Amino acid sequence: MAWDLKSDRPIYSQLIEQIEIKICSGIYAPGSKLPSVRELAQEAAVNPNTMQKALSILEEDGLLYTNRTSGRFITEDTKMIQQAKQKLAQEQISEFLEKMKSLGLNKTETLSIITTMLEEAKK
Amino acid sequence: MSSILTCNNLSKSFGNKQALKNINLNIERGRIIGLLGPNGSGKSTFIKLCNDLLKPTSGELQIMGNIPGVETKKVVSYLPEQTYLNDWMKVSEMVQMFQDFYQDFNREKAYDMLKRLNISPTERLKTLSKGTKEKVQLILVMSREAQLYLLDEPIGGVDPAARDYILDTILGNYQENATIIISTHLISDIEKILDDIIFLKDGQVVLTKSVDEIRDENGKSVDSLFREVFKC
Repeated sequence: MAWDLKSDRPIYSQLIEQIEIKICSGIYAPGSKLPSVRELAQEAAVNPNTMQKALSILEEDGLLYTNRTSGRFITEDTKMIQQAKQKLAQEQISEFLEKMKSLGLNKTETLSIITTMLEEAKK
Repeated sequence: MSSILTCNNLSKSFGNKQALKNINLNIERGRIIGLLGPNGSGKSTFIKLCNDLLKPTSGELQIMGNIPGVETKKVVSYLPEQTYLNDWMKVSEMVQMFQDFYQDFNREKAYDMLKRLNISPTERLKTLSKGTKEKVQLILVMSREAQLYLLDEPIGGVDPAARDYILDTILGNYQENATIIISTHLISDIEKILDDIIFLKDGQVVLTKSVDEIRDENGKSVDSLFREVFKC
């Protein structure tokens, strides 16, 4: 997955988000080793200091941990990954709900459109 | 972190024209800094002062505690805005010349980058296009393991694909305790790799901030902020 960075928000927070997505979707498997800061920075074409900042915050949050001798790893705590997934999903949905609200749709109408679309997608 | 470059009330005049007015700066190690400003704002003058190509009219500029001169040239790698390479020389001869001049020059690095950009070392410079010449020059400058890199318009003359490669080269070769100062007006191309920016306007520093602070506080990119600050 390519790194898609927008120009109007801080870069580190976008890096955090994208790494979270990679962890949740299993691209970075639980317990696996993360590439080095330098490799990640080069891959995302960002400053290594910025990548470092993003990784330290993810570490504080517990999604990553550092093994002093062998580098940075993804947490093995699948419950925590599940929570992160939940958080990301909630963020996306509340953004979506805001948009529906601005279109003038109420909760029932929004829900009925979703249900219809899900039904159709099944067919 | 210790500072690598400091300016105290640095001013430079050319006759009646004041190119830089009372610049006070403290630049730390381990940063990538964008020196941004419109044409004629004093960017190149500042970089030339750092390289002892110009002398300050008043005030002081120090790099690692030294006034620009022999000692600072050992640790500063400078990419001028104009090419100074000799047209009749081969690329390999230029590499040799850099190796002779600079103790911190890494020959393998240079050849490695030339190969990745498909530039033949046996080619004479006069047969290369303008953009390719610029690439050669940047390769030479980035192949030094310097403390401070001063890049004056490094991506001006090259195509967008090569620009990406050049930024990649800059990122890949930079050591954690070295600082890079890049002067440019192509802000949107480089803002992803910058830590901090310095805005120059009419010879004065109007803003120094980190890129993330700017995005946080203004909700816009450095590029948009630049367009706002320097609106004509």
